[in-house]
Amino acid sequence: MFRKLTLSAAIAFGLSSGAVMAAGGEAHVEDFAFSFEGPFGSYDQMQLQRGLQVYTEVCSACHGLEHVRFGTLADEGGPHYDLDDVWDYSANFEVWDPELADGDGDYRAATPADKFPSSSLNTAPDLSLMAKARAGFHGPYGLGINQIIKGMGGPEYIASLLTGYEDAPSCAPEDFDGYYNTVFTAGGYPNECIDEDGNHMYPGSWISMAPPLWGEDVEYADGHSNDLHHEAADVAAFLMWTAEPKMNARKNAGLTGFIFLTVLSVLLYMTNKRLWAPHKKKAKEAAKK
Amino acid sequence: MSGIPHDHYEPKTGAEKWLNSRLPVIGLLYDTLMIPTPKNLNWMWIWGIVLAFTLGLQIITGIVLVMHYTPHVDLAFASIEHIMRDVNGGHMIRYFHMNGASLFFIAVYAHIFRGLYYGSYKAPREVTWIIGMLMYLIMMGTAFMGYVLPWGQMSFHGTAVITGLFGAIPFIGESIQTWLLGASAVGQPALNRFFSLHYLLPFVLAGLTMVHIWAFHSTGNNNPTGVEVRRGSKEEAEKDTLPFWPYFVIKDLFALAVILAAFVAVVGFMPNYLGHPDNYIPANPLATPAHIVPEWYFLPFYAILRAFTADVWAVQFVQFITFGIVDAKFFGVLAMFGAIAVMALAPWLDTSKVRSGRYRPMFKVWFALLCVDFMVLMWVGAQSTEFPFDWISLIASTYWFAYFLVILPLLGVIEKPLAQPATIEEDFNAHYGTPAE
Repeated sequence: MFRKLTLSAAIAFGLSSGAVMAAGGEAHVEDFAFSFEGPFGSYDQMQLQRGLQVYTEVCSACHGLEHVRFGTLADEGGPHYDLDDVWDYSANFEVWDPELADGDGDYRAATPADKFPSSSLNTAPDLSLMAKARAGFHGPYGLGINQIIKGMGGPEYIASLLTGYEDAPSCAPEDFDGYYNTVFTAGGYPNECIDEDGNHMYPGSWISMAPPLWGEDVEYADGHSNDLHHEAADVAAFLMWTAEPKMNARKNAGLTGFIFLTVLSVLLYMTNKRLWAPHKKKAKEAAKK
Repeated sequence: MSGIPHDHYEPKTGAEKWLNSRLPVIGLLYDTLMIPTPKNLNWMWIWGIVLAFTLGLQIITGIVLVMHYTPHVDLAFASIEHIMRDVNGGHMIRYFHMNGASLFFIAVYAHIFRGLYYGSYKAPREVTWIIGMLMYLIMMGTAFMGYVLPWGQMSFHGTAVITGLFGAIPFIGESIQTWLLGASAVGQPALNRFFSLHYLLPFVLAGLTMVHIWAFHSTGNNNPTGVEVRRGSKEEAEKDTLPFWPYFVIKDLFALAVILAAFVAVVGFMPNYLGHPDNYIPANPLATPAHIVPEWYFLPFYAILRAFTADVWAVQFVQFITFGIVDAKFFGVLAMFGAIAVMALAPWLDTSKVRSGRYRPMFKVWFALLCVDFMVLMWVGAQSTEFPFDWISLIASTYWFAYFLVILPLLGVIEKPLAQPATIEEDFNAHYGTPAE
């Protein structure tokens, strides 16, 4: 018991190495350099447009974006398309309109006022907020260091997951359900790949989504490189935008507010100093006596 | 009432006299604003104004959010996204409200630990302290219910866990849980009533804030020396104090501006840092998140809740002598609420005659350990319950209780305090007289 006590205390005060944490087999999330990281980072319009293309041509077959309005594709700070282009784009999607056919409802072409459809596949999660919902690897020891220092978050996770498919390790049975992914940790894991101590021998787990991107899946309109790494980063950036469409406006507001309050602080500091000066001077003189 | 002697409002013009004889409201405001305040207050005395401001911020942003929010299990999550995307400035209002809760708790913990160090809870300020503790409890309830409203995964499963705590009470627990939820499980009735109470309780807090201020304006502020203001005459009192306006208003506003600059930076640049990502997944009763973690400000007490498991001998002992009525789960619930109760009882557990920790050499060490203990509990509350975290949380929880129940009563007897200054004026003069020029 005493050994346990001292050991716990040592770990509590950060003296021990990461031996305990390593046991979990934390998946490796690659640190992508996104344009929107840091207090001054903003979305790269062209990257968002490329990401939309990947979403449209690949992801949208199964995954929806039910919280995102088509019209926001024309918003400043986002993909910023012409509204006319958005009309053309949205017309490719069908939405259910309960007011058509004398109240019986019918499908019609979507307009910018409509939202993207929900997922067409039951098991495919909606992607609207994925970049915010998957930001949960708060750095070493749960302290969130990676998030602060490296700006790592949901988009890194998404891009890493899309590039994280590998051949299944030989320990796994041939017919094991799903596809081996080094980043995805919430999936199935074959018992054959768990060692005597109960630890996973390989990072990640088996995901039910087949590898959606292989590289050169889309021909980018802007001629940008379409290898796997770029496609994954582009669609991850686009999904960050769908999750946080007002990020540029928010950072601007934050910066304005910060500068305003800093100036106000300086003014109040000087006011306060001056206000108290006579009393502090009196105190100084009194102490000399 | 043994207030500090000071100038009072005298109505001069006819209109002032007319109003004053009917409703002495100007006099009340004057006396409140001009209250003599110990002039040696340090920077730990600024949290009150931060708290008052934050309560206002939460009420105003909250009222606007309610204009666009829908308390329905199928619509709540989407209505939050509607606020984030379609409402003008909605994303800022929501992020201010969301992070405002964190600012609120940072300020309240600083405020409470200030009180614990400088002995602000001691006679004659016990009532101020008790009202403060009551406000803290209401604040936690309000924050918890507010977190339920977005109806994300953590909202839903967190509610199930927390209301489940009441289910651990022997015999009547399940009935209480059903009564709280309005149903046998978390659903529409729970969402509706939490919404109602989340709107109501902040106004209760606003009322209690006034009582809190009334209480310490009756006794006078504590101060870093813990020495009382001389109140033999107005002249004497004025040597120890300065009026709240303008001296402390400007000082507090300066501190508030600095804190808000940091706050705005968090809201602007990393608004989701303190939240849990799983709450951006709509509530799904069928899929329980791998780790249900409360918001950071609940973690110390959540750690205490989880610390007392069935293999702790003290828990087994209590279970044995109560014929199994107090099992491990109920023990944990009692410990969690007990952790706050012992803090509320500090005025009667602390036996030292000396108020301020500044003049208590042994107390200082134990208090510093309590601060570390609080941080350790907060950290371990977010970890798993496996070794070594189970041991860390057990040790840290035990220290929390030991501090209030053993160390505070004992220190008053065995500790030899340092000499205190005779007056506040002496402390103030010594502080500003010493720097070399």
